Amino acid sequence: MCGIVGLYLKNKALESQIGELFTPMLIAMTDRGPDSAGFAIYGDEVAEGSTKLTLRHVEESYDWDALARSMQDALGCGVEWFQNSNVAVVKVQASAESASACVEELAPEVLVLSAGQSIEILKAVGLPENIAETFNLSGMKGSHIIGHTRMATESAVTMEGSHPFSTGQDLCLVHNGSLSNHNRLREELKREGVTFQTENDSEVAAGYLTLRLQKGDSLNEALENALKDLDGFFTFTIGTRDGFAVVRDPIACKPAVLAETDDYVAMASEYQALTTLPGIENAKVWEPEPETIYVWEREQ
Amino acid sequence: MKTINLETQTVRDLNQALHDQAPECTEREWEVLEPKGQHNIACGLDQNLAVDVKGHAGYFCAGMNKKAHVTVHGNVGQGVAENMMSGTVRVKGDASQAAGATAHGGLLVVEGNAGARCGISMKGVDIVVKGDVGHMSCFMGQAGNLVVCGDAGDALGDSLYEVKIYVKGTVKSLGADCIEKEMREEHIQELTELLNRAGVDEDPASFKRYGSARQLYNFKVDNAAAY
Repeated sequence: MCGIVGLYLKNKALESQIGELFTPMLIAMTDRGPDSAGFAIYGDEVAEGSTKLTLRHVEESYDWDALARSMQDALGCGVEWFQNSNVAVVKVQASAESASACVEELAPEVLVLSAGQSIEILKAVGLPENIAETFNLSGMKGSHIIGHTRMATESAVTMEGSHPFSTGQDLCLVHNGSLSNHNRLREELKREGVTFQTENDSEVAAGYLTLRLQKGDSLNEALENALKDLDGFFTFTIGTRDGFAVVRDPIACKPAVLAETDDYVAMASEYQALTTLPGIENAKVWEPEPETIYVWEREQ
Repeated sequence: MKTINLETQTVRDLNQALHDQAPECTEREWEVLEPKGQHNIACGLDQNLAVDVKGHAGYFCAGMNKKAHVTVHGNVGQGVAENMMSGTVRVKGDASQAAGATAHGGLLVVEGNAGARCGISMKGVDIVVKGDVGHMSCFMGQAGNLVVCGDAGDALGDSLYEVKIYVKGTVKSLGADCIEKEMREEHIQELTELLNRAGVDEDPASFKRYGSARQLYNFKVDNAAAY
């Protein structure tokens, strides 16, 4: 069992409150996932040609400044950064590929949680309430956000096994369910060059989407292919630079509820997680159909 | 009328107060405010009570109901009225999956749509859905009636025993051993009565009836020797 929550703002005036609106949603799903939690927030975009990385080190006292200076020298470009708990958000005037490769070479002990122009992924082991506090979620601003509370079944309770999983630039995935063909699929994906950090089934789904998108699939095509190739139970929420997508497997035994008003689209595993949103009493509330891809994206 | 506000009291408080009415009824009408999608609201009732839930309820609302009349003025999560024995459960909005699962008796009315597996393994309940039902509805249904005024999803009535299914709209596909059957006068009468009880204004003659072809293993007398 796990909990998923997502909030996509249609009304830009609410962007300064997204963390405040989202925190109770994440905490409401503690019953479904008390062992770890995480979220991907979108906003504070860097310019075209620049990249934002979310980097993580086990020690909060890690010398991020030294890494930033080494990156600046290695890449020969400007590097800005700020720290949030044991995570650093680093903005580089370089491509995502070269920035990520640079971190890997200079500091292999540092984990790249996300790369893109907009995305920041923050996740940790512990109660959702504590994780929200650690990263000061309620003070965050952004256009959309997806989150996950985990109750592990298929692999260990670790930060690496917690969600969201990065699936490419500005893309991430959260999963409620369990995949039954993840071992075989992982081997197939490895042969195609996809790398994995854990034995986690959801990471295989993330790796699958990454590969499909690299091969030129649109998000919709990648999800349609996922419906064919992934065996097991899933409700996925996928964060993109401009919005989010929701898809459930054909059996649809993992729950999902959607709510829409003029101000937002919200998604949660259970309606309970939506009750603190403004105007929810009069929102359109419905259950997404099985095997159907729902996408909300803002126009650029 | 007694009002319980779930913002200030717990679901356990509510259910205990309702259970306390079982030996002797001192308050027949109950109103539940601010349900906010909480699970297990008004479960295990065993008295002729009228309970109005003012808002959306979570999982297993009015589960195991006996004698009581529960109305939800909103949507419900999965397993509404699961294992109901008697009484009435009415959902003004939509119901998630497994509505009326394994229910033995009583009447469940969903005024919106019901999700997947509506009436799964039903054992005598009558279910009337004004909207659509999702896939695998009435799976292994044993007894009772399922009335769908809208459309039915994939694999309707798979591995059915003796439930009668009436559908007005389209059926995406029938499950194993489920077939369309003749709508005889007795069925029109039965459906008329069901629609009346549910307070649904539909023409019974516009429905089709589905039931078990009785061709699966369990129905073959030749297999009796296996036991």
